[in-house]
Amino acid sequence: MIGRLSGRRAPILPREAGGEPWLAAVIAALCFLACLAAAGALAADRAAHGWARSLGAEATVQVRPRVGESGATAAARAAETLAGVTGVDEAEALDREAAEALLRPWLGEAVLPDLPLPYLVVVRLDRDQPASAVSLSRALAEAGVDATVDDHSLWRAEVERSAGLITVLAGAAFLLTAGAAAAAVVYATRAGMAAQAGVISILSLNGASDIRIAGLYQRRYGLLAAGAGAAGALAAMAALSLLRFLGGSDGITPALPVVWSDVLILSSCPALAATVALLAARLTALARLRGHD
Amino acid sequence: MPVQPRRAADAAASPDTVRLDGVGFGYGHGPEVLRDVNLTLPRGSFHFLTGHSGAGKSTLLKLLTLAARPTRGALWLFGEDAGDAPRGTLPTFRRRMGVVFQDFRLLDHMSAFDNVALPLRLAGARPAAYAGNVTEMLEWVGLGDRAQTCPPALSGGEKQRLAIARAVIAGPELIVADEPTGNVDADMAARLLKLFQSLNRLGATVLIASHDEALAARSGAAVLRLDGGRIRGAQA
Repeated sequence: MIGRLSGRRAPILPREAGGEPWLAAVIAALCFLACLAAAGALAADRAAHGWARSLGAEATVQVRPRVGESGATAAARAAETLAGVTGVDEAEALDREAAEALLRPWLGEAVLPDLPLPYLVVVRLDRDQPASAVSLSRALAEAGVDATVDDHSLWRAEVERSAGLITVLAGAAFLLTAGAAAAAVVYATRAGMAAQAGVISILSLNGASDIRIAGLYQRRYGLLAAGAGAAGALAAMAALSLLRFLGGSDGITPALPVVWSDVLILSSCPALAATVALLAARLTALARLRGHD
Repeated sequence: MPVQPRRAADAAASPDTVRLDGVGFGYGHGPEVLRDVNLTLPRGSFHFLTGHSGAGKSTLLKLLTLAARPTRGALWLFGEDAGDAPRGTLPTFRRRMGVVFQDFRLLDHMSAFDNVALPLRLAGARPAAYAGNVTEMLEWVGLGDRAQTCPPALSGGEKQRLAIARAVIAGPELIVADEPTGNVDADMAARLLKLFQSLNRLGATVLIASHDEALAARSGAAVLRLDGGRIRGAQA
């Protein structure tokens, strides 16, 4: 009898606190958005680093032929010089056909034969210890080649700056959603405490401390947020998995590559949501209880 | 007897369970409901508090349970200054007292068993440690077969007994009851009075607010009379 009675303790706070399913839905939606923002930031960062790495692994040299020298000859001489520079894997003179092939999609077939095209050398640099633009320029000057070296540093800086901005914006979006979740929990805690003022009074008069009462709300909303956060994170994981599955080996968004480790990182979302809710509920409940003194 | 003013300075050394020195209380900016109340309840004493409706009985009990603070004067509980005690210390005072409210103040979502166990549960006791005592207490107040029933399904008298069981389950040093026999028949009233007397014999200080002067007279306890916000006198 005693075991039966003591084994099924009713929760101290009544269950009928209004609006809990709605709060769970809001937190789940916010967690879904936060997960997408986090995954977007990770993918943008990864893409930017990939683009920057590719740009950094190549340099383009524009060659100006000497008087009496053909452009192709000057380009070949520049390529031969550059191939011998430390930090260069390969240097290849771009012939007119190859240059026309690159321009054809933008300019069309008609104007290409009459268009004066620059003589270019494509230099593939060593990935670990790439040659600098200065050393390439010096080698060309020493060989008597009049040329301009572009190591893509301008583009690389712009790509990295854009990626950094996207990451900051995604981080801000993540923090805003966490803030919105906290605000929703604060509102729910205040509403719940107002609706249960009688219960709180009874608990207090029977010896419950403010911390104990706040702990009841903290536990309630922490568990609710953990469950809702799990639902939101699972939905986000499903959406990202779909993006990864569709579109072949690179996924449906190859420019913003999603990898499986991103999906796993999102599994921490329920714990984060619970922590935010727990803190919001505790601080709100304590402030409200102490305000009644 | 108990109604005698003393200086606050020697209250800490006093064995009195309750002591009020020149206490006044008013709601908001309204007139004082209690005026210059001087009251001492020695440890182990048993008193009835009577007075007509609106005399201030419930307000005085609010002060004793620290649901309200005096607007002037000094309130001492268990030898400690409770009138100005920080909010964080209130649970310490309240765990030493059992309160029976006129409107019962039971938790409707909990069974009778869980309602009675509430003070023990809030004090951190483990279910295995208190289940036997709670069951015994429920049987003593005639609710042994209603342990799993929630308050909305209980009659007024049953709720009253349940509220009393909850108030006394933790063996409080001070029992404060507001009209505890107001909803029970004469037999049950006599039985509940015996329960309070038993607890008093075990050392608890008991103060019962009641408009039933006949019951107070039958009990043989000292009677404090509130009139116009002042305690006019005591008679045993």
